[in-house]
Amino acid sequence: MTRVTVENVWKVYGDQTVLENINLEIEPGSFIALVGPSGCGKSTFLRMMLGDEAPSRGRILLDGEELDAEPSPDRGVVFQKYSVFPHLTALQNVMLGLEFVASPVMARLFGSRKRAAKAEALDMLTCVGLGHAVHKYPSELSGGMQQRLAIAQALIKKPKILLLDEPFGALDPGIRAEVHEILLRLWRDEGMTVFMVTHDLSEAFKLGTRVIAFDRVRTRPEEMKAYGATVTFDLKVDGKSVPPRPEIRDVLAVAAQ
Amino acid sequence: MRRLINRQPDVVVRFGLMLLPFVAVIIAYMIASEARLSVNPNDKLLPGWSTIAAAIERMAFLPDQRTGSYLLLQDTISSLSRLGIGVAVATLIGGIFGILQGLIPYFRATFNAFTGVLSMIPPLAVLPILFIIFGLGELAKVVLVAVGIAPFIIRDLALRTEEIPHEEIIKAQTLGASTWQIILRIVVPQMLPRLIDGVRLSLGAAWLFLIAAEAIASDSGLGYRIFLMRRYLAMDVILPYVAWITLLAFTLDLALRLFQRIAFRWMYRGN
Ligand SMILES: Nc1ncnc2c1ncn2[C@@H]1O[C@H](COP(=O)(O)OP(=O)(O)OP(=O)(O)O)[C@@H](O)[C@H]1O
Ligand SMILES: [Mg+2]
Repeated sequence: MTRVTVENVWKVYGDQTVLENINLEIEPGSFIALVGPSGCGKSTFLRMMLGDEAPSRGRILLDGEELDAEPSPDRGVVFQKYSVFPHLTALQNVMLGLEFVASPVMARLFGSRKRAAKAEALDMLTCVGLGHAVHKYPSELSGGMQQRLAIAQALIKKPKILLLDEPFGALDPGIRAEVHEILLRLWRDEGMTVFMVTHDLSEAFKLGTRVIAFDRVRTRPEEMKAYGATVTFDLKVDGKSVPPRPEIRDVLAVAAQ
Repeated sequence: MRRLINRQPDVVVRFGLMLLPFVAVIIAYMIASEARLSVNPNDKLLPGWSTIAAAIERMAFLPDQRTGSYLLLQDTISSLSRLGIGVAVATLIGGIFGILQGLIPYFRATFNAFTGVLSMIPPLAVLPILFIIFGLGELAKVVLVAVGIAPFIIRDLALRTEEIPHEEIIKAQTLGASTWQIILRIVVPQMLPRLIDGVRLSLGAAWLFLIAAEAIASDSGLGYRIFLMRRYLAMDVILPYVAWITLLAFTLDLALRLFQRIAFRWMYRGN
């Protein structure tokens, strides 16, 4: 269980301020749904969580320790695209995380260790409903199957934090609901903290234990460069099946467009 | 009437159209050759079929009177081994430098400008230097082929490596991969088919450098033979040699493409 603390984080690209003064205290095991208009810096925030980019100011702490300045196995990720490796089958994609840690030089396992890794990967694939497609390449899988594969690939490392950047944007509603169930089950089982960026408010409220919106407060054209987006709404969602009050929903709908 | 861009030839027509330019060239040659030979039966410029056939038999199927070897076979073996070694060395160097340059910022900072400048040096201008350093033997020719195409392969592969989605590299790191493991499991397997593409594109240049080197200093090889025969205006030998080189180049290209299809099935599955 990991507590995430975001302290006064700013992100500036050149003379463009993207995010300003983000302060968050995230309870261990939270499922954070991150919403906000396009271009407000949600992906930028996730990249800072990943360690792919450094904050321009402020810092991000995991259990009180400043996080690694580069991506590491304690933070898993699923992007909207390019999350899985096209030259590996589903099974090989999932086994990869096990092979990296167990075989520093060859990055491959053999014999009994390979069989063990394979069994573990197969379990994980079955868990996300891909038990029948383990030998297929990503280009042979549908969009929903590819995203489930990406989730399985990330979760085999048992990350403390899972970062999802619009992972289900391209999926149809039926498949999406299916993947939601899988994700919720895994999240409960593994006890990790999830950050999920989404444009879909019902998805945010269905999955999230807390919904956070980023938006710009100052929107006059001459202020656009100097001021970035910050946290404009931060709602705990308790009793997950209860839909949020209509007025909150309206305000958020404006934020998420 | 449908637009021209929307009209597709069917299989038979397509095959016929494909043959058309070849047949047209052959017919044009036959007419021109006939016309010249009817004026002067000893004309050497456009020999008739029978003369060409006799030359082919002499070069390919009868042992040379002086040395007792089959000249076409000997020339082919010499040229292909020089080409093969040169291209293999360039591929190895290109693969290693290209991937490191495309993936590792410190390596790129060190070598990017350098390989960029190297690739601007016309290889044939360096040929005299190679002959001075390595002598007139095999080594200079192999080095010319390798030096001639390696910069292209390096730069091509570096660009391809940079095109690997950033997300994949990030993802690998979140799975715990080190730089070495990323190279071994993510970059190299995806870049091998691209490397083959690069080699295929540079084969034309490789032949050019090989034939130039053989023309200048050699005692065997397809390029050597063509330039030797030029002194005697022996078009009956030169033309079949050119056709043979073309066939070899075409076959090499085809073989590489087939190998790529069979060895890297993931690229072609499902899409
Ligand atoms: N590497 C970069 N250099 C300069 N500006 C950048 C860079 N990356 C992002 N930006 C800018 O930062 C802002 C936020 O981008 P980001 O991708 O985080 O938005 P987002 O909230 O994820 O949007 P979307 O919902 O469309 O994905 C954008 O205005 C973008 O132009
Ligand atoms: Mg984004």
